[in-house]
Amino acid sequence: MRVKRLRRELTPPLAGMASLILIWAVLAALTSTNSIPWPADAWRALWHGVADGSLSTAAGKTLVRLAFGFGVSILIGTALGFALALNEFARRAVRPLVVALQITPFIAWLPLAVIWFGATERAVVFVTIMGAFPSMTLATIQAFRQVPPLYSRAGRTMGASGWTLYRNVLFPAALPGYMAGLQQAWGFAWKALMAAELIVAAVGSNGLGNLLDQAGRNVPVIVATVAVIALIGVAVDYLVFGLLDRRVRGKRGLLQI
Amino acid sequence: MNPASLPLQPAPDRADARVKFEVRDLVRTRTSASGASVTAVDNVSFDVRQGEFVCLLGPSGCGKTSILNILAGLDRQHSGQVHMDGKPLTGPGPDRAVLFQEPALFPWLSVRANIELALKFVGVPAQARADRAMDWLRNVRLERFADAQPHELSMGMRQRAALARALAGDPDVLLGDEPFGSLDAQARELLQNEVQRVWVESENTKTFVFVTHNVREAALLADRVLVMSAAPGHLIEEVKIHAPWPRQLDDVLVARVVSEIHELLMEEVDKTVARETAP
Repeated sequence: MRVKRLRRELTPPLAGMASLILIWAVLAALTSTNSIPWPADAWRALWHGVADGSLSTAAGKTLVRLAFGFGVSILIGTALGFALALNEFARRAVRPLVVALQITPFIAWLPLAVIWFGATERAVVFVTIMGAFPSMTLATIQAFRQVPPLYSRAGRTMGASGWTLYRNVLFPAALPGYMAGLQQAWGFAWKALMAAELIVAAVGSNGLGNLLDQAGRNVPVIVATVAVIALIGVAVDYLVFGLLDRRVRGKRGLLQI
Repeated sequence: MNPASLPLQPAPDRADARVKFEVRDLVRTRTSASGASVTAVDNVSFDVRQGEFVCLLGPSGCGKTSILNILAGLDRQHSGQVHMDGKPLTGPGPDRAVLFQEPALFPWLSVRANIELALKFVGVPAQARADRAMDWLRNVRLERFADAQPHELSMGMRQRAALARALAGDPDVLLGDEPFGSLDAQARELLQNEVQRVWVESENTKTFVFVTHNVREAALLADRVLVMSAAPGHLIEEVKIHAPWPRQLDDVLVARVVSEIHELLMEEVDKTVARETAP
């Protein structure tokens, strides 16, 4: 039974991956220049990067920055979003500004960041936060505002009010929306960090984005690095947020079978 | 002998029972989508005595749900006085449990945990909650589903679990906002029987006020029916039902009350039509 289920789960994504590599190989065969590398060359570059430690060191550095930037974004976004969900006046005053930040491409913050912090790791993390926290804030507001009024009415008639009502009714009721917000903010943080790293050639800041920058015209290395970036993005999205989200929504009967 | 001519049973005497709710000159207006002011409840006054089972009966949109929300303390945008036990109502509280139209169970908690939460809100110590929750689940015959999530139950079972949750906090009053409305016929009958049983077992200590548009339901459950007009809602008649409990829908007395109320409502419809077509 388990094997059968596993096969059912894994077959579609593996088939998608295989077709992608096939199309890639066909394109590589059709182009005479080496602007598209053979999949095998990219694989060798990837293997080499892992073997000499350049890729894994870069990935490690990047992940530390990400953890910090994303963590700060979650803290700011959650606190601000909750405060704005509670207070209508504040929401109407501040929400448009957050929407403006959300719409502004995060990379537009980079010049200012470099002026404020220099071409440093700090500038990179700042851009990551500016990329992720507005989305986190808006998602948190939305998560609370989408709680069906029936739950809070039921809670209040059961004798809950104030903090008791929030802790036992409104927080758990807002959780699915909040989880979706985390997943989305993760995507923004990851993109912002990569873009910033690619551009800021900070001394000693050898993240994945910098690796991409340093690859020059070495196409196999570029492709291998992009593949690692995509892989980390997908892995976190699926393994952390996807599974958490499934758990939260499955318990509430919100998943389609 | 024509069963419909049987003498009625003497009414349960509640003349000395305390007044639970005292509603005077209640008016509730709301603003419609177009911005106009609409009267939902038009100058309604009534009393409910402790231990009574009162049904507010009326067509959709007659303001009966508004009255229930006001009694629950969830709606405070009204004029007129609403007193409970002689004191003005100040807000919702566990002394007045509500059965909503939808079961309103919290989907992130198991059925048992839903009831335990209600117990927690009224201050039952943690170690006593599990046993009491199971007692209530047995009471509505859902003990086998204690650890199920609400979405795994049928609508009728969910509403029975909601009844258990509402009663777990030992409220003085149970308010019902058409709680049978979304149920199929069998589930409805089952829940109506549960509600009747719980009320009879409380032996005049618990007051039930239910809202419905279903004449048969009102006649089955209530010992007094307050019949409301179409919007703007006001009281047009009070019908006391003297049938003994537990009742069945095909009881002669229940059937008789049903046709009595039905006639009343038809007269009301005739009046409305006459008024609207008058030159």
